[in-house]
Amino acid sequence: MIRTEAKLAMDLLDSKIAQKPTRDGYGTGVIAAAEKDPNVVVVCADLTESTRNLDFKKKFPERFIQVGVHEQFLAAGAAGLAMGGKIPFITSYAMFCPGRAWEMVRTNICLNDVNVKIIGSHAGVSVGPDGATHQAIEDIAIMRPIPNITIIAPCDAVEAEKATLAIAEFKGPCYVRFAREKTPVFTTAETPFEIGKATTFRSGKDVAIIACGPLVHNALLAAEELVEEGLDVMVVNSHTIKPLDEKAVLHAAETCDAIVTVEEHQITGGLGGAVAEYLAKVRPTIQEFVGVPNVFGESGSPVELISRFGMDVPAIKKAVKKAHKRKTAR
Amino acid sequence: MGHLSDKRIKELEIIANQLRISTIEMVAHAGSGHQGGPLGMADVFAVLYFHALNHDPKNPAWEDRDRLILSNGHACPIRYAAMAESGYFPAEELKTLRRLGSRLQGHPERLKLPGAETTSGPLGAGLAQATGLAYAGKMDKKKWRVFCQTSDGEHEAGLHWEAMLFAGKYRLDNLVCIVDRNNIQIDGRTEDIMPLEPLRQKYEAFNWHVIDCDGNNVSAVVDALEATKSLFDKPICVLTHNIPGKGVSYMENNFIWHSQPFKPGQAEAAVDELKAVGAKLEAELAKL
Repeated sequence: MIRTEAKLAMDLLDSKIAQKPTRDGYGTGVIAAAEKDPNVVVVCADLTESTRNLDFKKKFPERFIQVGVHEQFLAAGAAGLAMGGKIPFITSYAMFCPGRAWEMVRTNICLNDVNVKIIGSHAGVSVGPDGATHQAIEDIAIMRPIPNITIIAPCDAVEAEKATLAIAEFKGPCYVRFAREKTPVFTTAETPFEIGKATTFRSGKDVAIIACGPLVHNALLAAEELVEEGLDVMVVNSHTIKPLDEKAVLHAAETCDAIVTVEEHQITGGLGGAVAEYLAKVRPTIQEFVGVPNVFGESGSPVELISRFGMDVPAIKKAVKKAHKRKTAR
Repeated sequence: MGHLSDKRIKELEIIANQLRISTIEMVAHAGSGHQGGPLGMADVFAVLYFHALNHDPKNPAWEDRDRLILSNGHACPIRYAAMAESGYFPAEELKTLRRLGSRLQGHPERLKLPGAETTSGPLGAGLAQATGLAYAGKMDKKKWRVFCQTSDGEHEAGLHWEAMLFAGKYRLDNLVCIVDRNNIQIDGRTEDIMPLEPLRQKYEAFNWHVIDCDGNNVSAVVDALEATKSLFDKPICVLTHNIPGKGVSYMENNFIWHSQPFKPGQAEAAVDELKAVGAKLEAELAKL
């Protein structure tokens, strides 16, 4: 059942729940972070409005830096800003930064271990109609092997704001992925958030879903629907993908003995991979993977694409049932 | 002309010659590394570390120091030689170049060596970092300046031009980009691989001041770097025209010495030639 300690929204399961894109949470969060710390600056690559930096630009014009369509410079230049004592939030679409700027992110930011915050908006298939070119579904995979980086995928706009504030106070390079499309706002100001600490939103004993990003909501809906089918499903919000909350993952594996990972990302190299790599070492566990199955995206509405690539509620339910079947067949 | 006395110029020439000897010995001892570019840049590094830079070798993290970003990280032997010579670490440590556990990595690393300022090697990324640093310095009204040493070959990287545009846009006159215009890169001459000329006009078109100088003439390098102090409203490019392999007759202007390992006897011959030059310079100094 839903854990009261998670302090989730009362209308969590209501189809009319309020919706907002996670990038909006970044927009308000970065202003709050800038009010707290005068070294916070925003660097933008010709996407001020869509990366939700317009209000920041109005409020802190002297701390807003426009670099134009120069994503490699966005990353490498920010390393220099950080060496000069600034806390740069570098903002673009995830496809371009870290995507296009990967080597600068690796060498200039992470190997230098400088305090740069990489804000990757429009991640996942949520850019919808823009099509495969703009759908960053490999970003977690390209970031995970880089030492020194912290990777976060907030589940809704409220958590996105908390994550933005948290990374401003955290020393070291961070990558946070945000989505373009509106998604349910189902956490509250009181919902716990701490970098590196997964939150169990729903307790259960049959199968554990470990999810990140807005699909955590789909996972909760799937879990509720599965009650009718006699399954008691745990849902863990693993917002921090690196460092993985190994304690929470092990707890989920030991409690349920079957895992389903859910993410709006290629199955290869994402949260599912992180969970599998860890459990293979300490407690091999049955696992099903919900994510994009090694194909490029395409144009369509975000909802259509989530369904097409098998990340909607029916697909999650199917994966949970499969994991449960594998577990009971043993 | 003539910011420094003849005596001081001669002393800097002697230092540059010593940096060349250290470079040869270091790379020969390591068994790999780059020597052609560093030999050509020795005069510039002697002037930077012993005249132009406001720095404190005993306090590499000094807040008010000028920052020197080495963009062409493969040329690090010359920086390591200058750092040792000016007192950042004992000259003995130069023998650890490229060895396991050494602070002197094959390409420099900021977190390993205090004073290295940044990690570099992948080409074209230094000016971007220098530019970000200069922007931060401007925001905080700092007096320190940022120098970025670049190679000419790395001007082929798109990122370098992104940084040039940005520095021009924000009029970063606290930024000096020094170009090792030695006309060679790994595969041959730059103008055959991918022509850069007219390089001066390219910088000017990107809203930079440009100073040309003979990078193997210590007095000319001193004057060029002095001149950067009185240029405003735009970033400054100093095109130092250098002879790769300078000081070692069999290496000069031969692109194969970008990073070719020494054969037996070659390094010793190079050091002997440079020591003879050093003795001549010392004799000249004694007369001044």
